[in-house]
Amino acid sequence: MIERTARWVDDRLGASSFTREALNKVFPDHWSFMFGEIALYSFVVLLLTGTFLTFFFEPSVTEVTYDGAYAPLRGVHMSDAYRSVLDLSFEVRAGLVMRQIHHWAALVFIASIVAHLCRIFFTGAFRRPRELNWMIGVTLLVLALFNGFTGYSLPDDLLSGTGLRIAYSIALSIPLVGTWMTFLIFGGEFPADQIIGRLFVVHILLIPALLVGLIGAHLAMLWRQKHTQFREPGRTETNVVGSKLWPTYAAKSMGFFFAVFAVLALLGGLVQINPVWLYGPFEPQQVSSPAQPDWYLGWVDGALRVFPPWELRAFGFELPNPFFPAVLMPGITFALLYAWPFLEARYSKDHAVHHLLDRPRDHPVRTALGAATLAFYAAMFFAASIDLLAKWMRVSVHTMLFIFQVLVIVSPIVAGWVTYRLMKALQASGADRFGHMPLSALRSPQETSEGS
Amino acid sequence: MGLGFGASVVASIGLTALYALGGQPQLEGILLGVSLGGIALGLILWGEELMPSVPFVQERHDLPSTGKERGQAEESFEAGAELVERRSFVGKMLGAAVAALGLVALFPIRSLGTRPGPSLYRTPWSAGARLVTVDDEPVLADGLQVNGVLTVFPEGHTDSADAQTLLIRFDAAEAPDLPGPLEWTPEGFIAFSKVCTHAGCPVGLYQPQSRELFCPCHQSVFAVMEGAKPTAGPATRPLPQLPLAIDEEGYVVAQGDYLEPVGPGFWSRGRD
Repeated sequence: MIERTARWVDDRLGASSFTREALNKVFPDHWSFMFGEIALYSFVVLLLTGTFLTFFFEPSVTEVTYDGAYAPLRGVHMSDAYRSVLDLSFEVRAGLVMRQIHHWAALVFIASIVAHLCRIFFTGAFRRPRELNWMIGVTLLVLALFNGFTGYSLPDDLLSGTGLRIAYSIALSIPLVGTWMTFLIFGGEFPADQIIGRLFVVHILLIPALLVGLIGAHLAMLWRQKHTQFREPGRTETNVVGSKLWPTYAAKSMGFFFAVFAVLALLGGLVQINPVWLYGPFEPQQVSSPAQPDWYLGWVDGALRVFPPWELRAFGFELPNPFFPAVLMPGITFALLYAWPFLEARYSKDHAVHHLLDRPRDHPVRTALGAATLAFYAAMFFAASIDLLAKWMRVSVHTMLFIFQVLVIVSPIVAGWVTYRLMKALQASGADRFGHMPLSALRSPQETSEGS
Repeated sequence: MGLGFGASVVASIGLTALYALGGQPQLEGILLGVSLGGIALGLILWGEELMPSVPFVQERHDLPSTGKERGQAEESFEAGAELVERRSFVGKMLGAAVAALGLVALFPIRSLGTRPGPSLYRTPWSAGARLVTVDDEPVLADGLQVNGVLTVFPEGHTDSADAQTLLIRFDAAEAPDLPGPLEWTPEGFIAFSKVCTHAGCPVGLYQPQSRELFCPCHQSVFAVMEGAKPTAGPATRPLPQLPLAIDEEGYVVAQGDYLEPVGPGFWSRGRD
């Protein structure tokens, strides 16, 4: 039967030679190569659960009075969007588990993209010939962040409404075009009626379509260029060593898909996420305290908190305060990410083709810069919780704010310097693994000339 | 691995029964997790143990095309391009047509939103507008205790996000110390916009002891006795003050709109 079908297809498409090549394609193995897979598989889970959710969600801000299954909110005025999320959670069979799997999958999706990006960065996998695929990857991250934000803004609860309010103010802060742009996006002054419906179309159609297309291109380029591999005996710049797609790699990879899905199902069933019924419906004059965004926007929220109270005013025009931490800083972040392969090639004068990966120690300057960058964003991420940290540590919020203003500057310098010395020591000691390095290597790092 | 697949089948049967009985989120998660995890375990063990694990070696091919291939591609393109160039006038007209159409295609963007116009400079507050609570109850001058605080709106506009205002009442004996023009703060009443001048959150927390307003989003602090001037956090501008009066029936009313735009800054905020 399979054979007959295969022959029928081949008669029409002549796909045999491609199929043979595909089945025999060799994929190298390393635990760190699995982050990208996690991202891909959580995206599949997002599409599956998200499709289910669209059948029940009502993207409308028409006011209704709730009289559903959740007793504490009966009689409360709310938007139809919020009402439909409550019904989805309490009355649709398997609705809550689907919603929670969807939210967890979104958190894991972005986390695994960031981990994947770090892997690519620290091992130099973005170098020639993979610069294009790096740029597609950065675009995927940007789109994933936007889709995460548009997604959790949909339920029209108090927390997400506050997030939209801040997003509106950030858009308003853009010089020259900010006011018009914001009114076109939101449909008018906040809270405009159209925004939930627009976010819905963006969230379930526009960005997912772009994501599907770009993920396809990302994988096609990977297929064409073949995967990178770590330096080991028998592995060279001109070969790929690993397991064949059929059957070993396919079995393990499909197994891994089910494993990722299983973990997301357990999280979705057992660990509560975004309990919008506790936040209540959005009211413009109310605000939840504390108010934190989903983890992947913590760096922007933290930046809004730690950036000093500065703004520019001249000739009747102004550059409002949120512009610097929430528009300029993310803009520079992504501009540098897009440009990195070219910047590194230029400053290290390395324009050669690389299929073998670096270990982080092979390139101490890059590794140290990466560590410093991560420390910078980590400091801003934690700064998004200064109110909570201050409460737990029993200090005033403004002491905590000052601590983080210092940390945002100091921690990258410390992290970069420490990493640089560690990588140099590791290089000099010749230890195979970090844990095998003798402590003496740290005490007397050999000052060798820049080998990177 | 048989065990893994077996566990998956059992869990799927359990899931079917659970669904038929009406479902329960935690159990659904556990059973779905086992259904999927069983298949995962089986497949991964199968791949690890029974399938070829000796590394295969595959050669990489040069990615760039050969000089000859590039030459041929170039030639094919040039051959066509020459035909186009020979009709350069028609080509230019095509360019003009596409550009004009492209411009027209941008117009629908304008339909997406209203003209900002004066909306960012104005709120629904007007002279004589009564202050009402979110439930549309007008505020009587003796309806609010000393040191009390209330979120108010202009009558008929309780859903207006930019009109939300904080009304605070002080001991009338302290009234000479209140910030702003004396005639704006009758009988110890004072009102400020509730929209944070940083990123627009409602400035929701008031501490009566220190007489400070606190924004829960990004921790800006505003000192009420100094005209809601920002004293800490990222905000750069005071919360605008609403001029108040008491009408002849004893209700608290506004003397007019705010004198400056409320809420976060924007490019042309200074150009009313």
